[in-house]
Order: sequence, then C-alpha cells, then structure tokens
Amino acid sequence: MAAQKDTLLARYKDMFRIRRFEEEAARGYAKGKIGGFLHLYIGQESIAVGASATLKPDDYVFQTYRDHGTAIARGTSTRAAMAELYGKDPGISRGLGGSMHFFDPANGFYGGYGIIGGHVALAAGAAFKSKYKKEGTVSMCFFGEGATNIGGFHEGASLAGLWKLPMVLVCENNTYAMGTPFSRTSPVEDITKKAAGYGMASDRFDGHDVQEVEARIGAAVELARSGGGPTLIEILTYRFRGHSMSDPGKYRTSQEVEERKKRDPLKVTKTQLESLGCSEDEILALENQVEEEIADAVQFAEEAPPARHDVMERSVYAPSNYVYPPVGQP
Amino acid sequence: MLEEMRLDENIVLMGEEVGYYQGAYKVTQGLLEEFGSDRVVDTPIAEAGFAGIGIGAAMVGLRPIIEFMTWNFSFVAFDQIVQNAAKLYQMSAGQLQVPIVFRGPNGAAKQVSSQHSHAVEAFYTHVPGLWVCAPATPRDAKGLLKAAIRDNNPVIFLEGETLYGIKGEVPEVEEDEIIPIGKAAVAREGTDATIVTWGSPYYTSLAAAERLAGAGIECEIIDMRSLRPLDMETVLQSVRKTNRCVVVHEHWPYAGPGAEIVDGIQRDAMDHLDAPILRVTGQDVPMPYATNLEENVLPTEARVEEAVKQVCYRQ
Repeated sequence: MAAQKDTLLARYKDMFRIRRFEEEAARGYAKGKIGGFLHLYIGQESIAVGASATLKPDDYVFQTYRDHGTAIARGTSTRAAMAELYGKDPGISRGLGGSMHFFDPANGFYGGYGIIGGHVALAAGAAFKSKYKKEGTVSMCFFGEGATNIGGFHEGASLAGLWKLPMVLVCENNTYAMGTPFSRTSPVEDITKKAAGYGMASDRFDGHDVQEVEARIGAAVELARSGGGPTLIEILTYRFRGHSMSDPGKYRTSQEVEERKKRDPLKVTKTQLESLGCSEDEILALENQVEEEIADAVQFAEEAPPARHDVMERSVYAPSNYVYPPVGQP
Repeated sequence: MLEEMRLDENIVLMGEEVGYYQGAYKVTQGLLEEFGSDRVVDTPIAEAGFAGIGIGAAMVGLRPIIEFMTWNFSFVAFDQIVQNAAKLYQMSAGQLQVPIVFRGPNGAAKQVSSQHSHAVEAFYTHVPGLWVCAPATPRDAKGLLKAAIRDNNPVIFLEGETLYGIKGEVPEVEEDEIIPIGKAAVAREGTDATIVTWGSPYYTSLAAAERLAGAGIECEIIDMRSLRPLDMETVLQSVRKTNRCVVVHEHWPYAGPGAEIVDGIQRDAMDHLDAPILRVTGQDVPMPYATNLEENVLPTEARVEEAVKQVCYRQ
C-alpha cells in the first residue's frame, strides 16, 4: 500500500510537471516568446508518464510533433525543453528543432516528428537494430489516430509485424485529428482491428488512469522484450486544448470539453491518491516543488543565450571520421 | 559492398529481391550466401517502410545500405529521405547521425518508358544534408561506394542503369581505394572546350569528343562523379584553360545540378568565357516508349558534337 502510494505520487508529480510546463509554454506563446507551432499535450499526460514507467533508459521512444510530454516523461530537463521552445542555444535541440522536434537520445528520446506516419518506420528501424544486435531493448512509437490513415504508418507497422520486431505502437486516440473526428476519416473506428492485418497483438483501453496505462502498456513491452513481437495499442484519450495554439476549437462544444475534463488524468490520480491515504498537504508540497522547477525553467529560457549560426551551419553534415570496429566485435 | 560488409557487422543490406533472387540487376549476387538473411534482408514492396527502417536503424548505430530496385521507386520514399534522413543530424543538433547509403540504378534503360526512366539527381541534389554520387566507371563506382558506406551522412548513390554492363579495371581488395565524395576527375585532356558530365552521358561525351578530335577540336572532359558537393574548382580550372564549356546530362533541363554548374562558371569564370555555356540535356518531356523518340530525348552524341562546335564557333 505504501509502495503503491509512493509510486502513484511519483507518477502524479511527473504528470503535473508536464501539465505545468505546457501551461507556461502556452503563456510564453501568448506573449510572443515562443513562435511557430505549439501543440499541447494537456489531458494526455497519463499516457506519456504511464508508458515511460514501463521502459528502461536505453529503450527507444519516438513521438509525433506533440512531443513535449513524452520527452519530459523520458527525462528531458524542463530547462532544456523550455529553452528549445524559446529558440535558445541550450535548448534540447539547440534551437534548431523547436516545439515539434525535441531530440534527447541520451534519455532515450529519438524525436518529435512533424510529418506523421514515417516516424513509425523509423521506430521500427530502431527495433530492427535491437533485434539484429540482440540488445533486449524495445522501441516504442507514439502517434495519434490521425496518423493511422497514412502510408508511413501502414508500412512501418506491416514490416514490424512481418519481422516480429521488439516494438510497441501506441496510438493516442485523442478524438480529433486537428478538427476532424476519426469517424469522418476512417471506415473502421476500432484501430486495433488493423493489428490483425499486421500479424501483431493488440490492446485497446481508456487512458485517463495512469496505473492502468502502465499495466497494459507494460504487458506489451514485456511481450516485445521477450521476443513475442510488436503490439498495437489504442488508448482513448482527449486533448483539452486546441490542436495547436491557433485552433479556435469550433468543431466541438465547450460542454463536451467540460464533460471530458471530469476524467482529467490529474484529477483521477489525485482522487486515487486520496483514497490511498495521501493528504492534501503531501500533494501540495509536491506541486510546489514542480512549480519551482517550472519557474526556474522559464527563467532559464528567458535568460539563455540565443541559438547560434555556427552550430546551424556545422550541423548540416556530420564529420566523416568513421573507423570500422575490429572484425567480429559489436 | 562485399568488401565493406566483411569489415563491419553494422553494415546491413536491405531492399526488394536483394537476397534470394540475388538482385534484380544481380548487383547483390552472392551476398546472401556469405552474410545470411539477417544482414541481407529481402523486403516487401514498401519503399517508404524499408527506407524508414534503414534510417531508424542508422540513427541508433547500424550502417544500412538500402537498395532501390530502381531510383524511380524512391519517390514513394521521398518523405523518408528528405524529411528524415537529410534533416535528422541538424534537427537534433548533431545528437543523431544517419550513416546510410541509398543506392540503385538511375536514368533511362531501353524503352522502359515514362515511369521507369527518371534521372533523379535534380531532386536529391537540392537537399542540404544529403551527398549525391553518380559514378560512370567501374573503378569510380567501387571507390565511391566505399566512401559512401564509410561516410556518416546519408548518401544518394546513383548507378547508371545502362552502365551495369560496362567492364573496366578495378583495384584489388588490398588497395582499398577510396574515391572521395565531392572530387571530380579530368577524364580526357583537351584545350579547345570543356565538357562537364557524369553518369551515363559520360560515355556519350567521350564518343563525341573522339569524333570532334577528328574535326580538330580537342575536348577536355570533366567527370563530376559527385553532384553534392560539387567540385567546382576542377571545372573552373578547365574552363579557365579552354574558355568554352558544354554541360551534358540526362536529367531534365529545368534546374538541377546542370544549371548549378553553369551558375558557378558564370559567377567565377565570367572573364574567361569566349562563348555562352551550352547544355545538352534530356529533353523536357516525360520519357516516350518508342525507340526513335527515346533515342532523341536522351542527350545524343550528335547533339553534344553540335553544342561543342557551337561554343567553338565552328558551325
């Protein structure tokens, strides 16, 4: 019971960190400090946090452009993440990527991709390497329901199934692809039905409970790690904010959004914590820690030096000093 | 490929019919037997999928070679090559490298018509983050491919489809000759006009040069070998000597490396030019099927000859 409480408190803190990070990012965007596109993950935090809890540091994670939450759940510092949004030199991609292109391989995060679908094949490539090198690592790829109609998704999933790659495909079905509900773009609403065509296992569940996310994704990760091949998981979720900051959200009613907010993963977890005997003060103390961290991240980003021209120019091509390893060694 | 694969287990080969079929053009013959199906991987018809898998594997440490049965099929993987392979090193601020070679036959064969005859270099040279090689001789093909496999960047490796039958000396294994990416070769020395070319039209240009020699015009031929980066220094040196230049290529005339070379010459050797630079290109039409039409759409010896005479004011 105590262990469960501590674990759940940790999950709550991780989710709260993402929530507060993004609320401040939205504020920075409104002030004109952050430009371009900003796609918020608010409402879906239970998935990034629950999924990351099932992974090891050297596992591979790929995400779409809605990538802040997943990167932070993997361990990207909020300082480096916020500095990236501000287009600053100490940003996680040194100001070259922006909101949609966080990269943090040191923390097992292999990117946010603006062109959805193709990244499923990239994730399958990491899984291919894992299998070829017998690493015992797992590649996890996140994508929205909107990505399941594009060829890149299909080809990546199909090859992952064909070669029984150690991969978990996590569809975060947040109900709307930009402004279009899935029912208007796909003849089949249950995405996991596609798994049969790819010869892989599947699972489908509601994503507001971080504990359930962790347990169900954990099973798929274990299957992949033990050589059982990939799983296609569809998690039903909901984003509370617009597709991006420029989305007025006219495709849904405010009642619908309010109704869904009753199942806000943070609220749900808070209730669970209370039933485990967690006091209001305990939670508040934790929230205060996060508040401090996020305030520090914002200040760090504000004060950080700008992105550098020389870094941009020098990072178009990698230096070619590759020397083969001795024969027979990995 | 065989020599390189023996040196490094991280090199894997992937593509349609590369294994059990032994390669649609037999380029990969024998590789499956030596390296097994874990390293010589037959794929379904899914270029976007296996190009992406190659890129993903390269991001995390492998050094894949992706064979497109022909470059015509690469367009369905264009997103992977342009949006991911070319950009990942920079988007990630150098945190991820993509050491991968995309290779296969390029350009027209014989009567394979509209959808199977593209010379694709104009598409790929446009993209920062990619290297593009287009060797013409067996020796360059071998040495450049070795350089491409050892490079830490994505390399577009264009093998002239009509050149697979060309025979020539190649260095022995022990010599381990590497032809550096981005270095042109003076394939024929001459004093009267420079012909800049690469890939299949290299042979057209050589034949035209021999005929022009009979008419008293000595052409210098620059075989670019690589198209990104462009070795403009070698081109400029030659043009400063001959003062006249014809660029011969198979790709369509609108934009592309042919136009890029002309731009470089006019900028850096303007004062040396005695005539406008001319281009002999594939005609600005989708490739027709009929032999009599196709022959004339491709750059012909006669058109090269005529262009050289024109820049020499010998018409």
